[in-house]
Amino acid sequence: MLDGFTAEILARVQFAFTISFHIIFPAFSIGLASFLAVLNALWLWKRDKTYLDLFNYWKKIFAVAFGMGVVSGIVMSYQIGTNWSVFSDKAGPVVGPLMAYEVLSAFFLEAGFLGIMLFGRKRVGDGLHMFATALVALGTLASATWILSVNSWMQTPAGFGMNDLGQFVPEDWWAIVFNPSFPYRLVHMVLAAYLTTALVVGAVGGLHLLRDHANAAARRMFSMAMWMLVLVTPLQIFAGDMHGLNTLEHQPAKVMAMEGHYDSHPDGAPLILFGIPNAEEKRIDYALEVPKLSSLILKHDLNAPLDGLDTIPDEDEPPVAIVFWSFRIMIALGFAMLGFGLWALWARLRGRLYATPMLHRLAILMGPTGFVAVLAGWITTEVGRQPFTVYGLLRTSDSLAPVGAPAVAASLIAFIVVYFFVFGAGTWYILVMMRKPVLDHVLEDERDEAQRDGPVLSVGEEVAVRGKSGES
Amino acid sequence: MLGLELSFIWAGIIAGAVLIYVVLDGFDLGVGLLFPLTKDEGERNVMMNSVAPIWDGNETWLVLGGGGLFAVFPLAYAIVMPALYMPIILMLLGLIFRGVAFEYRWRTKRWKPLWDMAFFGGSLVATFCQGIALGALVQGIEIEGRAYAGGWWDWLTPFSILTGVAVTAGYGLLGATWLNMKLEGRIQRHMRSLAWPLALATLVFMGLVSLWTPFKDGVYFERWFAWPTALFSGIVPLLVALAAFGMLRGLQRKADIQPFLCAQALFVLGFIGIGISFYPHIVPPSLTIAEAAAPDESLMFALVGTLVLLPLILSYTAYAYWVFRGKIDPEEGYH
Repeated sequence: MLDGFTAEILARVQFAFTISFHIIFPAFSIGLASFLAVLNALWLWKRDKTYLDLFNYWKKIFAVAFGMGVVSGIVMSYQIGTNWSVFSDKAGPVVGPLMAYEVLSAFFLEAGFLGIMLFGRKRVGDGLHMFATALVALGTLASATWILSVNSWMQTPAGFGMNDLGQFVPEDWWAIVFNPSFPYRLVHMVLAAYLTTALVVGAVGGLHLLRDHANAAARRMFSMAMWMLVLVTPLQIFAGDMHGLNTLEHQPAKVMAMEGHYDSHPDGAPLILFGIPNAEEKRIDYALEVPKLSSLILKHDLNAPLDGLDTIPDEDEPPVAIVFWSFRIMIALGFAMLGFGLWALWARLRGRLYATPMLHRLAILMGPTGFVAVLAGWITTEVGRQPFTVYGLLRTSDSLAPVGAPAVAASLIAFIVVYFFVFGAGTWYILVMMRKPVLDHVLEDERDEAQRDGPVLSVGEEVAVRGKSGES
Repeated sequence: MLGLELSFIWAGIIAGAVLIYVVLDGFDLGVGLLFPLTKDEGERNVMMNSVAPIWDGNETWLVLGGGGLFAVFPLAYAIVMPALYMPIILMLLGLIFRGVAFEYRWRTKRWKPLWDMAFFGGSLVATFCQGIALGALVQGIEIEGRAYAGGWWDWLTPFSILTGVAVTAGYGLLGATWLNMKLEGRIQRHMRSLAWPLALATLVFMGLVSLWTPFKDGVYFERWFAWPTALFSGIVPLLVALAAFGMLRGLQRKADIQPFLCAQALFVLGFIGIGISFYPHIVPPSLTIAEAAAPDESLMFALVGTLVLLPLILSYTAYAYWVFRGKIDPEEGYH
């Protein structure tokens, strides 16, 4: 079946597959870590037990999601070498140190304090536990910062020279880290993570409100999620727009693919809402378009000329259809989130936030949309960077490791089987946890506290360890 | 000459990170290896709980090993990863299974045996592949230009299988002595009794690997048997004997901590032995540390932060261990 595939295609599919699975977990755990830090802080500040119950509820879910993120992330740190060794050799001197800083400043921080956050409240006391929880949240953000700097450098390389071995050599670290697309991409991704988490928390809140609209914990999380949604979505749309303008400046071919502009438009380009990209004829079939709107959005001028893919050599064009569609999915979901947030705000202002079952049903429906939007956005930007790994400078086909197609095919199949099985199971366990109301979890914990018939040291249970100094 | 010094400082740091990885994750992989040796649910719980709060931090050193190599020796990373393609991929898959088992096995009753198996199987595959990778490195990797030039199965030889078995026995020993230190009662006695055969196996396999290695490559042979390095190389085996004696004495006296520390010392000494064989190469037999190093600008930039962050990491890692210090009481889990 895989006979027709080259090692390059297989390696690309494998990387796309493993990194797509991986990004799902950070997209959730970045937001959830911050949410947990806020919940814990509110509990310590207000001593309202609902916050503590919510903290313990989401903590268990976080532990499973974080575990999946860790193991799928270890794969990423090795796969760059196993499958893209020429890229590693050439770009390593520039992006390698940034990734090393991610490990040193973020992964260790998360891993070092996660145990205390999950298991250690009684052992270290509220203050240090809060500190650990905040550091875990900080670690997730630091990790996002470094890895987005790396990705952005591959999109908009800066601050480097080339040596006679063909390697990218760092010349100005400030310019490398803060390369032109980095601030936009970082803001866009962190907001996306917060939105994704808000949508998941809102879905769980909505589910439990449908069952019992007086449930205090469900009300609290639903309200918090809806505030987050209505505040962050407009910011995100604005940040996305800025990011798009930045892309137009530095990677115009990507924007042409996103817009479906095969042809140049010297006097005002139309905004193509929908259509079927036809790669062979180089046009959009059945296009539904608004004249001149694209020029207005991208250039803030109805008649501004916009170049099309006809100005780009064929061998430098990204695959249009994938970018065109994934971009539209992301945008459509973004506006759906905006509408949802505004409806929730309207219901709140009318005092009906907890008494509008249709809204709660919509919340459940919208629960996974953050993940879909994040994936669609990443597909847009990554596929839009093709056919390069380092944009304009190093081709994907020149980045490949000397690994034969059969070996890559075997590992790809193994990854697909293992990932669907392992992460499918993990997702199932998370859904089971989410289906249980917060109160049930609290009662379970209290029962375990009393009988200790459950896991001694799983999340949600405190340690049964006798310290040497006789504490705990 | 600054470049030379920088690359050697970095070789030391990467070697240190890999050593810390082996010292820390070795015993928690070992706990996974010993998992099926008890059928008792409560004993399995405390075994896993003894490493639950720390395994994630331990595994981060592996990420530093890979990420650090990528950062400062990109050429070595670019050659070793494709050369060890299969063992690396299998190790990663193994780590996935055992990593998720820590959370999954509490989330299901019906499938708990499956995740127990995943914990054991994942640990075994990851451990064995690490041993294979070590053997494949020691026996040498074929390079042409700036790329791996060997075949897909070059890593698989009798020698690399031997190192795979040796590392498996060794991690088992680390796991058994760790559990001897952290647990009490029947399971502690069980683990202590397992430590004996594991210690013997470890010493025998370490001995076999050590005897075989000098004959893999003339350079290794000279390093170990020619003057004046033979004098220095001679100290390492002596210390190994000392550590082995200390461990067996500790087991005999039913000491908690001594067997674990001595088992770790065996690994540290073995690691130093490998270091003596490798130097000045990073990928034997032909790629040297200096050749593989990234430009000075990269090494310097990475070094500045590392010198600040590494001591911090070591101190809060030590703090996390201290928070979860002491015996895990199996009884306390049940009343």
